[in-house]
Amino acid sequence: MSVPILEIVDLHAAYGRIEVLRGVNLSVPKGAVMALLGPNGAGKSTLVKVISGQKKPTSGDIHLGGVHVRTGGPEELARLGLCTIPEGRSVFPNLTVEENLLLMSYAGVPAEAVLETAFAYFPRLKERRKQLAGTMSGGEQQMVAMSRALASDPALLLLDELSMGLAPLIVDELYETVGRITETGVSILCIEQFARTALKISDYAAVMSGGRVVATGEPDEILETMSDVILGGAA
Amino acid sequence: MSSFLAFTIFGLVSGAAYAIAASGLVLTYSTTRVFNIAHGALGMLLSFVFWDFSVRQGMPTLLALFLVLFVVAPAIGWFLQRFVARGLGDAPVSVSLVVTVAILVATLGLAQQVWPPEARSVQPFFAGTSYEMFGFFITAHQIITIVLSLVVAVGLYVLLNRTRIGTAMRASVDNPELLKLFGGQPERVAALSWAIGTSLAALAGVLLVSTVGLDYFALLLLVINAFAAAILGRLQNLPLTFVGAMALGLVTSYASGYLPTDGLLNSVRNVVPALFLFAVIVLMPQAQLRIGQVKGIVSAPLPSPFKALSWSGALLLGVALVAGALSEANLLLVGTAATYAIVMLSLVLLTGYGGHVSLAQITFVGVGALAYIKIDSPNLVGLLLAGLVAAGVGALVALPVIRLTGLYLALATLAFAVIMDRMIFQADFAFGFNGSLSAERLSILGYQVDSTAGYVWVMAVFFVLMGLALLVVRAGPLGRMLVALRDSPAACGTLGLDQRWFRVGLFAASAGMAGIAGALYAGLRGTVGAAEFQFFGSFTLLLLAVVFGVTSVTGAALGGVGLMMLPVLQADYPGIAGLFFVVIAVGAILLARDPNGLANQLFRLGRLLDRRFGNRIRERIPVLPVPGGSLGGMREQARAEHDANAAADQSLTTVGLGGGAATTPGPDQGPAENKEPAGV
Repeated sequence: MSVPILEIVDLHAAYGRIEVLRGVNLSVPKGAVMALLGPNGAGKSTLVKVISGQKKPTSGDIHLGGVHVRTGGPEELARLGLCTIPEGRSVFPNLTVEENLLLMSYAGVPAEAVLETAFAYFPRLKERRKQLAGTMSGGEQQMVAMSRALASDPALLLLDELSMGLAPLIVDELYETVGRITETGVSILCIEQFARTALKISDYAAVMSGGRVVATGEPDEILETMSDVILGGAA
Repeated sequence: MSSFLAFTIFGLVSGAAYAIAASGLVLTYSTTRVFNIAHGALGMLLSFVFWDFSVRQGMPTLLALFLVLFVVAPAIGWFLQRFVARGLGDAPVSVSLVVTVAILVATLGLAQQVWPPEARSVQPFFAGTSYEMFGFFITAHQIITIVLSLVVAVGLYVLLNRTRIGTAMRASVDNPELLKLFGGQPERVAALSWAIGTSLAALAGVLLVSTVGLDYFALLLLVINAFAAAILGRLQNLPLTFVGAMALGLVTSYASGYLPTDGLLNSVRNVVPALFLFAVIVLMPQAQLRIGQVKGIVSAPLPSPFKALSWSGALLLGVALVAGALSEANLLLVGTAATYAIVMLSLVLLTGYGGHVSLAQITFVGVGALAYIKIDSPNLVGLLLAGLVAAGVGALVALPVIRLTGLYLALATLAFAVIMDRMIFQADFAFGFNGSLSAERLSILGYQVDSTAGYVWVMAVFFVLMGLALLVVRAGPLGRMLVALRDSPAACGTLGLDQRWFRVGLFAASAGMAGIAGALYAGLRGTVGAAEFQFFGSFTLLLLAVVFGVTSVTGAALGGVGLMMLPVLQADYPGIAGLFFVVIAVGAILLARDPNGLANQLFRLGRLLDRRFGNRIRERIPVLPVPGGSLGGMREQARAEHDANAAADQSLTTVGLGGGAATTPGPDQGPAENKEPAGV
């Protein structure tokens, strides 16, 4: 078996005195899609922040593509091929769509290529290239955000709560896009509360609760065993 | 007709220089959300550097210009962003304004320290070269100024709108964290914009210095012109800023050309930029409430009534003892300290509790003094009336800008201070040009306080009374509303609180307190003049208030003493007079993020000592057999307070605010995790 693209070993992190991650162990194989599920307050978003470099862990190790990540800031990790789409609207509201796309070229892909990819996947963005991103609907904003995942050809894609605040129809559309990204061989760690939607596209799934990963396995097993217990039958 | 053309060209030239300064201001504000009040001061400092290079050291002009614009200025800008202004964009306006005011004062102090006052002049570029156009001569320097302003305007527009780094500059204001996830570097972007902004300030300073002259304050005021122009473009829009600068240049030029040279209208020409600024601010559209931005600070704890009363008594006793022993000159100093302490109390109300910044507090003192003299009834009624007049003026300043918040409110007070300083105070009906008026000592209920010692004690009484009143207000429902409005205006709006009229009232109350201080001051000195109420005094006042603690009465008392000592120390050590400004400014920059200031550190020390020794000492004090056991009750109270103190410290540390090393969980998540602007 090849080296996993992301390996997390006994990771701890805290906000002040409140410990949120209490020894997370997780491994995402290269080219696989891993869904990370769990109730509110389980530490999912904190985990994303730690992996993407926005937050320093208190202890533990993170290996990206077999390399031990120590002190990389989020911008360095982004340039090395880690693409993070944080929860909420991850666009710059006071910049136009085109300017948002232009900034994506920081990750290493030329600006023209970014625009081309984005407009190929989402023709609607081309119509609205001069519009301020903040004035678009939530779904359209997520299209802009997804364009970054599509265009920057990352080694690992972190998706945090893609569905937050969106209509189910649009969520399905977005996950179709995620599905297309997986076809290109990108590894994805996908955090989601809509368990069913996420599990449809994933190869593996993990469940977090109370700051630990409490179960991992194939999507079907996870859905069967965990959804009733932890998600209370939601989704 | 030819004179009209001359004024027009002169106006366009100065407008061009304002445009350069203003676009630098817009650049730093729109990319880091820090409004740099020190922008003009930096231009002043750098034009002194230019003088030093080109005249004193005799470098070729081009080399000196290159060094100033592309080496010294960017280095200063980078330094300021990296070590002073970092992270200020998210801080409350009161914090970021205090920090930039501190930069202003530090810059001024530095300039005065390095280049002590003497006659200096800088020649215009290509002096003596001029061209004839339409029968009118225009100098090469003027042409260069206009051309450069166009180059700057176009260059900045292209930078911000057509390049990736410029786009990143604007993006970093929206969401710096997201920019990092994109792979951009918000810190580097912010440093670049400060470097460019400072360079533009330098360019404007160097271009203006041959006409304005190398003067600390004239160039400092350049900033008001730049503010006015920049605010026309709402601090974002570069083309509108350019238009605003040109309009302002023309208006200023025509005003100096066509206004009558006598009467009140004559002094209008000195305040055209301030009037322009005021007008533009008044015409601004309604400010939006910003949702989801709770910007609370942890204030110094409120003392219990027992504690407040005993310390008040101690202060009055101390002043009485000291006043009996001091010479007349020193008594005047103590009285001045009491005046400043009262003014600082007004800042405790406005800034510490209310979260607004006033840059005109000393002006209100002047209004109070003037009203007291003009009313000419030196008794409690006259004093009250003087306070009311100042309060009315304060309300008048806040009223036109009722729709605005934060920064614009503070700028309105600055414009007001300049207008009063240059126009009203110097008018014949007020103090007169370089004039002064005499005032009588206050009489209380028919008894006139003649001796200076007695008068100083009376001032201390006023300070204590106002301080106690402030504490009572803070502890009551009004105080809760004040703090709630400071921390989240949006949440208060949803509860049905109308913050606009509340703010007008707050400004009025604060100005009234400052006005009473002014009236008392006039009575103390006997003669007062306009020179004592210059707007610059409000800057040092604000800084010292923040250094000593703007959230507590103790801080106000200490700050009053500090502000009184400043000119005394500067007179005693004239060689390092400028350095004192720098020291205060550095202190304010260090402490601005914790507006509780030194006073709070004192409180913390007090609590520490109390925990260590308090109970042991209380056990040693024998209980006197007092009828009714009132003393025993007091002891109980003191013990209860001690316990409350211990509990308070604990609860602060549990949320990571106490700063106790023993309770901090790990070394790794220190300040980075404390997202609260209060910091530690």
